[in-house]
Amino acid sequence: MDLLKYTLRIADSSIILGQRLSSWCSKGPTLEEDIALSNLSLDLFGQANSLLEYASELDGTKSADDFAFKRNEREFYNLQLTEQLNGHFGDTIVRHFFFSVYSFLFYSKLSNSKDETLAAIAAKSLKEIKYHLTHSKSWVIRLGDGTEESNKRIQKSLNDLWQFTGEFFEMDDIDQKMYKEGIGVNNSSLKSEWDKIVNTTLKESNLIRPEDGHMQSGSKNGMHTEHLGHLLSEMQFLPRAYPDAEW
Amino acid sequence: MQNGKTDKIWELLNTVPDPEIPVISVVELGVIRDVIFSENSYIISITPTYSGCPAVKAFQDDIKTCLKENNIENFELKIVYSPTWTTDWMTESTKEKLKKYGISPPSETIICPQCDSEKAELISEFGATACKALYKCKDCLEPFEHFKCI
Repeated sequence: MDLLKYTLRIADSSIILGQRLSSWCSKGPTLEEDIALSNLSLDLFGQANSLLEYASELDGTKSADDFAFKRNEREFYNLQLTEQLNGHFGDTIVRHFFFSVYSFLFYSKLSNSKDETLAAIAAKSLKEIKYHLTHSKSWVIRLGDGTEESNKRIQKSLNDLWQFTGEFFEMDDIDQKMYKEGIGVNNSSLKSEWDKIVNTTLKESNLIRPEDGHMQSGSKNGMHTEHLGHLLSEMQFLPRAYPDAEW
Repeated sequence: MQNGKTDKIWELLNTVPDPEIPVISVVELGVIRDVIFSENSYIISITPTYSGCPAVKAFQDDIKTCLKENNIENFELKIVYSPTWTTDWMTESTKEKLKKYGISPPSETIICPQCDSEKAELISEFGATACKALYKCKDCLEPFEHFKCI
């Protein structure tokens, strides 16, 4: 079912990025950032939960937990960017900056969806994602416009992660269909605004926008980088090892 | 209780405190959107504050316990997402309770709950819970939590 797959794509990016960010808990560079990254993670888990509950309703048999904990790597549709390793703080910030600019634009559009549930979840997520954008943007500026060392390192993060930004704007058959029905978002239409926010921020940060080269692709059909499997093995361990465990 | 009167339910809900901020009730927090009586059952619509707020699960359990303790078994809790929860739903008296508790209530101007100064500086956009940010008063120098406007 197209709507189910469309919903899972949005949910999966949230849960996977939420899982990544949660590993910063107790390891943040400062106490404030530790709390910030954990809060961002919590928002994403909450958004994923709402979306997976909806997926469960659409599916009729699987529960939200089944979707989160009992699917294999190839059945996850999260953007490849979201599964990339935390790396150092700058890597995490750049990953989150790219994602939150995209999410902000995506949810702004999705909040007008003809599907009432998706529209309501999007409107709620949008309020939260604005904070993510403010936070990650301010750190891109601080690190880019900081010391020679911080500038050099965050520039490398930008260059490394740039190849994962092409997926934001892809439109496959499901996207086209959802868009035509007034449910989904025309992803390709988000690009000019995304470019504008990113370019302005990079300029302010003394950072150079990487050249568009080969862009990674495939997550819409469950194709992933080598990192997702390892992430899932940790995230899904408990419910798989102890199937009767309760919250 | 089968008489279908929702006033009593609202009254009981108003005794269930927010798990993180016990000076205000879940009704004052604005998360109880509606109570209706349909087909012999009370349907209580709840909306989450922040999507990931762990208190949401906690106060759902607290609501169930409270109603059951008062011999009300015929109810169900329903999660609704629209309209989106906003701090605008808090009344002035609720905001006053927050302030007395030491939390600067949601408002455009951030006011120190200790000395009423309007000179505050942001320490962290994120606090101990998703709904709060950390500030420091430039007059009395006390740090405090501010309930974010959303």
